[in-house]
Amino acid sequence: MIPAAFDYYRPKDLAGVLALLREHGDDARVMAGGHSLIPMMKLRMAEVPHLIDLQDVPGMSEILISDGKIRIGALVTQYEIIAHEGLAQSAPILREAAMQIADPQVRYMGTVGGNLANGDPGNDMPGLMQCLDAQFTLVGPDGERSVAAREFYEAAYLTARTDDEVLTEITISAPTGGYAYEKQKRKIGDYATAAAAVQITQSGGRCALASIAMTNLSDVPVWSQSAGSALVDTEVGGDAIKAAVAYMLDEIDPTEDNRGPVAFKRHVAGAILTRAIQRAWSRA
Amino acid sequence: MPEKLHIKLTVNGKAEEFLAEPRELLIHTLRERLRITGPHIGCDSSHCGACTVTLNGKSVKSCTMFVGQANGAEITTIEGLGTPDALHVLQESFREHHGLQCGFCTPGMITRAAKLLEENPSPSEEEVRFGMAGNICRCTGYQNIVKSILAAAAEMNASKEAAE
Repeated sequence: MIPAAFDYYRPKDLAGVLALLREHGDDARVMAGGHSLIPMMKLRMAEVPHLIDLQDVPGMSEILISDGKIRIGALVTQYEIIAHEGLAQSAPILREAAMQIADPQVRYMGTVGGNLANGDPGNDMPGLMQCLDAQFTLVGPDGERSVAAREFYEAAYLTARTDDEVLTEITISAPTGGYAYEKQKRKIGDYATAAAAVQITQSGGRCALASIAMTNLSDVPVWSQSAGSALVDTEVGGDAIKAAVAYMLDEIDPTEDNRGPVAFKRHVAGAILTRAIQRAWSRA
Repeated sequence: MPEKLHIKLTVNGKAEEFLAEPRELLIHTLRERLRITGPHIGCDSSHCGACTVTLNGKSVKSCTMFVGQANGAEITTIEGLGTPDALHVLQESFREHHGLQCGFCTPGMITRAAKLLEENPSPSEEEVRFGMAGNICRCTGYQNIVKSILAAAAEMNASKEAAE
């Protein structure tokens, strides 16, 4: 399959990217690994008259960890997330999630920034970053601003990022306690039927803090404050988990598609979240 | 008509230079422009891995990369791994252990497996299955593919030890 014709640019710095975005407006798109955009262009479901490849832009490919802060450049690939030992120490949920994204070849190309900025409800990183309360750095013509992951997603493929801005970096506080990323998918490379990101801290055998988000069960990721609160001050037994699952099921809004009818997705969501909470608690 | 790109690539050690439309996909560059037909087009949608090549040390699906993205890159295809007279250890092992039936997926399988063994010279069976998850075979059920890769790893490690 051959996409419609386009002009291709590979600017050497962010200023060059922003200048192209200003010049071409809606007709331009930035691309990192391209593994979401190129298949859509080949199917001619996406038309991009001006394609801006970010691969030569410096300063967007680093993972920096200091003083409990983790900064991940938007061009860091899923492969690099998995391979980074420091990150596996500071935030092991990132490796656990990245290993469940796509397949090895796609992970060499697919980036954290692309996964987050695309706004596809099926992508895993948005829910994960909401669980971790990440901040996204956006750079545009008026300079730099920061948007919380929990405020970033508005609808499918619609985010707080404006057309003339680029997502450059993700910042998180190193999480503490137990973690789990649990994902049900039909086959390797598929998007989730349901996926859950859970971080739990415990104190004296009881849950002190819990953060819970789920993926591909609404047109945006679902971070549920009440689901997390349902675990706090409990021993995370069967009743507490049931309560957390019930709050989450109240907030998701799955639609029927080739992964199954709504009732099935709600069932899978409950099972996956239960497993994720149990595993995170066992590691807390 | 968009401006053509001035592309320079090194493919299997040979320098290539040409002008190409930006929408040219790397798999088409290899197969149609350079007549390197080892990488195959299977699904054409980045699922099957038959088009896998090694690009700057990464296994990539060449059906999902524009030629401009690969500009300046070093690329290895199955043709760069072995020749009919001097097969790569993996090629010999796939033959020995019947790691193929129709053979359509094999160039991608072996190219990917070569990179996998470079990163992890002594993988477990589970690590082979995880590392090969981006390559689909519709004939073998994978058992003999995994067996071939594990045998090649053992063979490569044995000859490395013998050389030391």
